[in-house]
Amino acid sequence: MDEQEARWLDAELAAACVMLDGHALGGVRLRARPGPVRDFWLQQTRALASAERPWRKIPLHCSESRLLGGLDLSATLRSGSPVVARGLLADADGGIGLLCMAERATATLTAPLAALLDDPVLRIEREGVTAQHPCSIAIIALDEGVDDEALTPALAERLALHIDLDTLGVAVLDDFSLTRRDLEAARLRLADVEIDDDAVASICRATLALGIDSPRAAILAARTACALAALAGATRVGGEQLEQVLRLVLLPRATRLPAPPEEELPPEEEQASAEESPQDPPPPAPEQDGPAPEPEGDDQSRQRSKDELDDERLLDAAKAVLPADLLKQLVAGRMKSRRQRSAGKSGAQQRHLLRGRPMGSLAGDPRSGARLDLMATLRTAAPWQRLRGPSPGGARLRVEPDDFRVVRFRQRTQTVTVFVVDASGSAALYRLAEAKGAVELLLADCYVRRDEVALIAFRGDHAELLLPPTRSLVRAKRSLSALPGGGGTPLAAAIDTTSELLEQLERRGVSPAYVMLTDGRANICRDGSAGREAATEEALTAAQQLRLRTTAPGMVIDTSPRPHRSADRLARALDARYLPLPNADAAQLQAAVRQVAA
Amino acid sequence: MAKAFPFTAIVGQDEMKTALLVAAVDPSIGGVLVFGDRGTGKSTAIRALAALMPKIPMGDGCSFNCNPDEARSFRCPRCADGEAPKTRMSPIPVVDLPLGATEDRVIGALDLERALHDGEKAFEPGLLARAHRGFLYIDEVNLLEDHIVDSLLDVAASGENVVEREGLSVRHPARFVLVGSGNPEEGELRPQLLDRFGLSVEVRTPQDVASRVEIVRQRDAFERDPEGFTKKQQRKQGKVRKQLQIARELIDEVEVPAQVLESAARLCLALGTDGLRGELTLVRTARARAALDGRTTAELDDLRALAPSVLRHRLRRDPLDESGSTVRIDKALAELDAAA
Repeated sequence: MDEQEARWLDAELAAACVMLDGHALGGVRLRARPGPVRDFWLQQTRALASAERPWRKIPLHCSESRLLGGLDLSATLRSGSPVVARGLLADADGGIGLLCMAERATATLTAPLAALLDDPVLRIEREGVTAQHPCSIAIIALDEGVDDEALTPALAERLALHIDLDTLGVAVLDDFSLTRRDLEAARLRLADVEIDDDAVASICRATLALGIDSPRAAILAARTACALAALAGATRVGGEQLEQVLRLVLLPRATRLPAPPEEELPPEEEQASAEESPQDPPPPAPEQDGPAPEPEGDDQSRQRSKDELDDERLLDAAKAVLPADLLKQLVAGRMKSRRQRSAGKSGAQQRHLLRGRPMGSLAGDPRSGARLDLMATLRTAAPWQRLRGPSPGGARLRVEPDDFRVVRFRQRTQTVTVFVVDASGSAALYRLAEAKGAVELLLADCYVRRDEVALIAFRGDHAELLLPPTRSLVRAKRSLSALPGGGGTPLAAAIDTTSELLEQLERRGVSPAYVMLTDGRANICRDGSAGREAATEEALTAAQQLRLRTTAPGMVIDTSPRPHRSADRLARALDARYLPLPNADAAQLQAAVRQVAA
Repeated sequence: MAKAFPFTAIVGQDEMKTALLVAAVDPSIGGVLVFGDRGTGKSTAIRALAALMPKIPMGDGCSFNCNPDEARSFRCPRCADGEAPKTRMSPIPVVDLPLGATEDRVIGALDLERALHDGEKAFEPGLLARAHRGFLYIDEVNLLEDHIVDSLLDVAASGENVVEREGLSVRHPARFVLVGSGNPEEGELRPQLLDRFGLSVEVRTPQDVASRVEIVRQRDAFERDPEGFTKKQQRKQGKVRKQLQIARELIDEVEVPAQVLESAARLCLALGTDGLRGELTLVRTARARAALDGRTTAELDDLRALAPSVLRHRLRRDPLDESGSTVRIDKALAELDAAA
């Protein structure tokens, strides 16, 4: 079986598991662009359950009151007493919630979903309504994220099954071989499926080996193994299920590769071996129908010197069926920056603050585009009902224009200060260390103001975003102190990188500011060639482009020992403040940055 | 309704469990903040607390959880004005503040039903009233909307909820133990909110196979048969409940020897904590831990056991210090031992 077919079968297993034991497994995180493959998978998955089972789309714009439920305005007005509207989630009880464009979902959407997966009771305390609904749902999160965009980790980690359909071709698509009847049969078996200590232990060892910290992953893996065993017609979890669990649940969460076998194979080779030798792994599971040959497997594992070998075999098998690019990613970058990834997201999560903070309500006309504050309006109208008497139209409640209340929002914008640090030879010669110290002081300042910081460094022939916007100053400090000096001054590249980042931040709705610490003496062009004249020319052009592309305020701090014309010219081209610092006075620097960012 | 996972079946995480129990013994310690990695059973432990709560006297039919034995000034307007209500015994409340809760349900607001129907202005108590004399639990406390945090802070500090809105003017007592949990990666807490917590606990993922296996096993057993599993833990749960009840009665008798007081002072001095709050909380937790243990004298060990939780969030924070507060406290504790 080739790799693509094997992955499609895995996708089928994931679908069957979630339709079999949905809430207990949390759901599926489906990484795929929209397209025929995803649509086909969804259609096949939906066909695994009877039509009555709820299957609700949760759109991104879904408001909190629609999601959770609240006060039903029209019914309340009609009847004259509060009527509760059920939310979308309460309606999806016992079924599937389909979270579209999950990578863009804010905490408003994802946090209640995560809470529901922990405890299948929807608790509502809002708009004068207190209610509890049973709500046991499973989530299928359609994650279309590329690069750094992805489903928020708080929800992602509660979804047991992670599958990726992105690189699958249409050619491998095939109707699911499992049917609704198979699922019915499996459901009857599920309660009796056993998972023995060896199996649990080998799952737990795998989580440790793969650097998966959350105990939730192990719990979900054990449940998935039981579901898979039930689907395979077995009454206990065997080696086959463990392999499947590894592929569906554990490997997608891996933050490092298991240590011992091969240390430093270059990614290309890994990739090649994964592609060339599909016959290496024990044939992936779904081909063998019927009860798994567990007695045999058991014997084997007993004969081998305890479980270690067994685990190794599992991991090896899984590695061979891993999508090649996953392995590459693991080897290339993720291992070293596990923390970084998750913390980098924290910036994204806090963005939900940006939708503004309700400041209470005030009298106003909702037609002017403001949002009606329902509760406040009703409350204002309520005491007057007796006095106003029955309304002419026969409605029980009389609401007059004076009663209207609208919500006031206060937008709190987040500030991100981007530090662009020149680590080139010329700067290093003078005072890279001092600049580092100054940045550290500025960082502490950003902490006080709850700003986020980002760090771009440039030296040699390129500029690099060392630290995506974060609040973690420890990380900022760490990446700064690890910054080596030396090499050319690729100023144009640095400015380009900066303006890209600034633009990105502005699109997100935050207000960025930048601080560039350099002596302004460019000597490396964008294409990597050396030459002071050309490089300076390029840098100044790049600076003018930056000025046109963003409105972010900026500052150039001249780090050369004596104020130098080139840094001044750069500042002028950038339309940024110029601050010569003949003697690095940290306090002065701090005050200056405060002015820019304020 | 789904059953909560029993407290006594939670694997490991002793610091968190002790902190929660100690806060239940002496509410004046001022709440517990549980911060840590995902999936470490933070909310499981706190939700499990409800099943352990001993019963306390409450006013029958009072929706503000008033204590009929308390002075009038500590009671809600209704209980203070008329006859003292009859007493009924009910468990200490543990109230969940769900995500997406709106301000009107948290602090209380005009009772819409009665307003619409009878044209009457009546106050409908909110979650703060329900949590009076008990626990108020906020999951994902760092995701809570700022304006709700603001109302909470004020009430938590004053022990009284003053509602001035929609033509209502109501005040009622609201003394509760704030319990919050969250993941630091999703955002830090505002210092003002952090300050309201008496204890702050860091939870980490166990890094050995045996405990992980145990966690999976317990969870699996619970999910297969929640009833049976809970029943099996009933005796242990009952024991803890009894322990809590005894400790709550004993707490006033627990003495704190001068040596312990002095050590608390020296510890705070060595760590340079601001104000007296840290010291006071240290002494209170030591006393509560002794009471939990059934002793009437607090010992140095009581102090030592909870010192990290008490002081962790009170150290003046150097944002660039990588070693973290726990290490500093441990060091100070070691020095204390060396000096003794």
